[in-house]
Amino acid sequence: MRAIHGSESKPLFELDTFLEGLWKENPVFVQLLGMCPVLAVSNSVQNAFSMGFATLFVLVMSNMVVSLVRKWVPNQVRIATFIVIIATFVTVAEYILQAISLEIYNNLGAYMPLIVVNCTILGRAEAFASKNPVLPSLVSGLGTGLGFIIAIGAMGIVREILGAGTFLGVPLFGPDFEPWIVMILPGGGFFVLGGLLLLISFAQERGVSLKWFGARTQQTGERP
Amino acid sequence: MNTDSLGFIFLNAALINNFVLSLFLGICPFLGISGNRSTALRMGVAVTFVMLVSSAAAYGIHEVLAWLDALYLQLIAFIAVIASAVQLVEMFIKKFSPALFRSLGVYLPLITTNCAILGVALFQTLRSYGLLQSLVFALGAGVGFTLAIVIMAGLRQELDLADVPKLVRGAGLTLMIAGVLSLGFMGFAGLGG
Repeated sequence: MRAIHGSESKPLFELDTFLEGLWKENPVFVQLLGMCPVLAVSNSVQNAFSMGFATLFVLVMSNMVVSLVRKWVPNQVRIATFIVIIATFVTVAEYILQAISLEIYNNLGAYMPLIVVNCTILGRAEAFASKNPVLPSLVSGLGTGLGFIIAIGAMGIVREILGAGTFLGVPLFGPDFEPWIVMILPGGGFFVLGGLLLLISFAQERGVSLKWFGARTQQTGERP
Repeated sequence: MNTDSLGFIFLNAALINNFVLSLFLGICPFLGISGNRSTALRMGVAVTFVMLVSSAAAYGIHEVLAWLDALYLQLIAFIAVIASAVQLVEMFIKKFSPALFRSLGVYLPLITTNCAILGVALFQTLRSYGLLQSLVFALGAGVGFTLAIVIMAGLRQELDLADVPKLVRGAGLTLMIAGVLSLGFMGFAGLGG
């Protein structure tokens, strides 16, 4: 973590921590973590947002518990402990989703339990929650989770609109629209994510460093 | 071909539904580590080995948990076993082949967080494969992973010499190439017949 947390007086509601996870250190676009689910289940808007919210839930809950137990966990076994905590909440999320909608649960298939090995979650636990009190950890989990939802949601929206011509199953274009099948296929996932990353690096190169998220972005966002 | 036959399971895991390029498992090492062909090959072999060990272990765990009627513990048990399997493999290699141990270096512990390993365990349970089928599936997945990562490493070696605009260098370009590679692998779809 940068000096942001230590050197300044705490602002209202840990805004910096929140925005850092949401955009400045976006888990997918900036840190390139947790790409497996982003590529695999973003072929429709519904799947993408279900996966996003499941990840958000696991991220916030495991961050909270890791932060609560951080003083009692010996240093040598901390990774194993974090993984078990994360696996517990993934199991909980799995059963909750099964209760809400069996259809979405079946669509996500093996990618639901695979949330355990999403590096974003272990990364947050290790880099933030194991060193900070409960409230900042919660906020950090919330920001990072919402950042993840933005990324996977953007992928899902682009891929469903182009690949099937629908949004949440509702046809957008007339019957003459020929869907770009490739967008639904695995290759399309790589293309869309690659395209989004290129777009972001293009924007950064042009100095569009999203200044409305606070002046500090200028220091971290600009490249020498 | 019968979809439960061993040959089909192997082909399916290695080529038709390649773990990296069509199921998106193990993307992190695929994008992060590949860059040198021989390192990529060694990484692939280590991953294949861990896959075989954890696949056999996962089969046993599933049987025991199903007998105990405690399947909700499955995920936690899988991940704990994979972490210990990696540790075991690390000690084994260190004891019997120190040279290989040194050359693999930091990649070994990283295998724990490779989603392809947990993916093998989950998919074989989901498709209710027997022990032999599971092992063949794990072998196929490992071969497919190695193939993808070695091809990608070769491409990136060429790419380092190519004259690419500075703007597009980095992860975006790598993903685009992976997309083209994935389209190429779709050509194997007819193989199962």
